[in-house]
Amino acid sequence: MNVTVLKPAPSPAPKPAAQVLALPVVAKRPQWIAGLGRVLGESVAPPVVVLGVLLLIWQIAFSGAGSGLPAPTDVWEQSRELITSPFFVYGTQDIGLGWRVLTSLERVAYGFGLAAVVGVLVGAILGQSALMMRGFDPIFQVLRTVPPLAWLPISLAAFMDSGPSAIFVIFITAIWPIIINTAAGVRAIPQDYRNVAAVLRLNQIEFFFKIMVPSAAPYIFSGLRIGVGLSWLAIVAAEMLTGGVGIGFFIWDAWNSSRLTDIIVALVYIGLTGFVLDRLVGWIGRVVSRGTTE
Amino acid sequence: MDQSYLKIDRVFKSYSKGPKTTEVLADIRLTIDKGEFVSIIGHSGCGKSTLLNLIAGLTVVTTGAIKLEGREVNAPGPDRAVVFQNHSLLPWLSVYDNVKLAVSKVFGSKKTKAERHDWIMQNLDLVQMTHASDKRPGEISGGMRQRVGIARALAMEPKILLLDEPFGALDALTRAHLQDAVMDIHARLGNTMIMITHDVDEAVLLADRIVMMTNGPAATIGDVLPVAIPRPRDRIALASHPDYVRAREAVLRFLYERHRFVEAAE
Ligand SMILES: Nc1ncnc2c1ncn2[C@@H]1O[C@H](COP(=O)(O)OP(=O)(O)OP(=O)(O)O)[C@@H](O)[C@H]1O
Ligand SMILES: [Mg+2]
Repeated sequence: MNVTVLKPAPSPAPKPAAQVLALPVVAKRPQWIAGLGRVLGESVAPPVVVLGVLLLIWQIAFSGAGSGLPAPTDVWEQSRELITSPFFVYGTQDIGLGWRVLTSLERVAYGFGLAAVVGVLVGAILGQSALMMRGFDPIFQVLRTVPPLAWLPISLAAFMDSGPSAIFVIFITAIWPIIINTAAGVRAIPQDYRNVAAVLRLNQIEFFFKIMVPSAAPYIFSGLRIGVGLSWLAIVAAEMLTGGVGIGFFIWDAWNSSRLTDIIVALVYIGLTGFVLDRLVGWIGRVVSRGTTE
Repeated sequence: MDQSYLKIDRVFKSYSKGPKTTEVLADIRLTIDKGEFVSIIGHSGCGKSTLLNLIAGLTVVTTGAIKLEGREVNAPGPDRAVVFQNHSLLPWLSVYDNVKLAVSKVFGSKKTKAERHDWIMQNLDLVQMTHASDKRPGEISGGMRQRVGIARALAMEPKILLLDEPFGALDALTRAHLQDAVMDIHARLGNTMIMITHDVDEAVLLADRIVMMTNGPAATIGDVLPVAIPRPRDRIALASHPDYVRAREAVLRFLYERHRFVEAAE
């Protein structure tokens, strides 16, 4: 919100107008450029340099005959098309990695979306009761550490079908931090807000939407952020079940046909997508909880 | 059946933590008439907020009863609106929406949308805050927040307005402005008001009666002082008014001679 809009008129206009007006125009431009230069120098240059050095080391270490892993130049030579054109379609099974990422994202959207809704609701209920929290928290802390792959057999046994099982694996991997963080956020709701709700006689549903969610938003979103990272981590495990065209299954498939360079390219795609997801949820969280934290 | 508006009848309140029980309030008896302005004054920690929360229904009595118009109070409700010490506005809602939350809840079925809007603006106008209706609580001053808190409470059209040291955190000048605002609202609307304060001048200026509480634990009402100064009251003219000086002296004598605050008593 713009704070300055309703403020009283600014202080009296500067008297030597021409002089004063000219100065900032001259002074501001180099400052702006200097600012950009500083950002480039401080935030962009270091990772680029480090990346270059790492690629170089990799190249030196694995070039030459008989090395187990492909060097960066091998990756470029053998998987160039995967890198340069993410969105080609040659057949139903032969598509660019961009499409594969989108397919996997859809799957994650179902699993994570479900985990978000259920996790926030369960967390809200648990957070309201200290006793329930004491009972459930240790169990969640244990379940939280179970790796996605370990849920596979149980999930298959329960659902029989690979599609729902894959979504369940993503769901069950992502839900724990969402529950735990939401419950912590609900417990941290100030007594003042509860008193306001009590005086107004808000019912449970009104309390949930009008007090609980906005007040606990920073906590909820830190849970969602961890959750989205975990659900993306589970994608390879989930797609080992389903097959199809997802990026997770692509890795499994490439491994089975020994296309190591393809796997390396896919890893980069997965990493970058995960990074974007993480930043996206973090950004949404910051926007949504701006009112709560100020 | 007696006809008193608000009746606090032999109320005791104690908190227990494990095996240890502390009695905070003991044998509180007080009746308040409709339209009356009552100030409650006492040393810090004696149990003023506890008493106010009991009337609000935010905490429950251990024994005894609080009756509003003959009906027992045992849960909070908008008929006893509270202005909290720390304003308690919801920081994610604008000033307008904070008041709207209360208005929609209380008048959701009784007023049309347009009527509710008018009612919100009318109450913001009462505390002169219409100009900031789109701002968030974080963007306005402490005094303004307290005004909005009062507007929100008034907008519930409560039978009793409960104010818990509403101006405690404000500077003297802002405080004086808000005291005038409260006096003005009381004169115009004739609400019943109960206000906790630490400030002797504030108590005498605003109240019809001043309830003086003894020190805790097991605090009770030590004395009740009627302030028979005619309204409207003007703070400057009042400064030398003999009734004002006498009332002020009586409260000071109670607080500093008869019930000195014993530091580190526990
Ligand atoms: N929930 C609670 N559990 C246990 N003790 C409590 C609780 N609430 C209040 N007390 C105790 O009751 C006593 C009175 O508290 P209260 O807040 O009513 O005082 P007060 O007169 O409003 O003080 P102040 O002027 O500082 O606001 C204090 O000793 C406090 O420790
Ligand atoms: Mg208090």
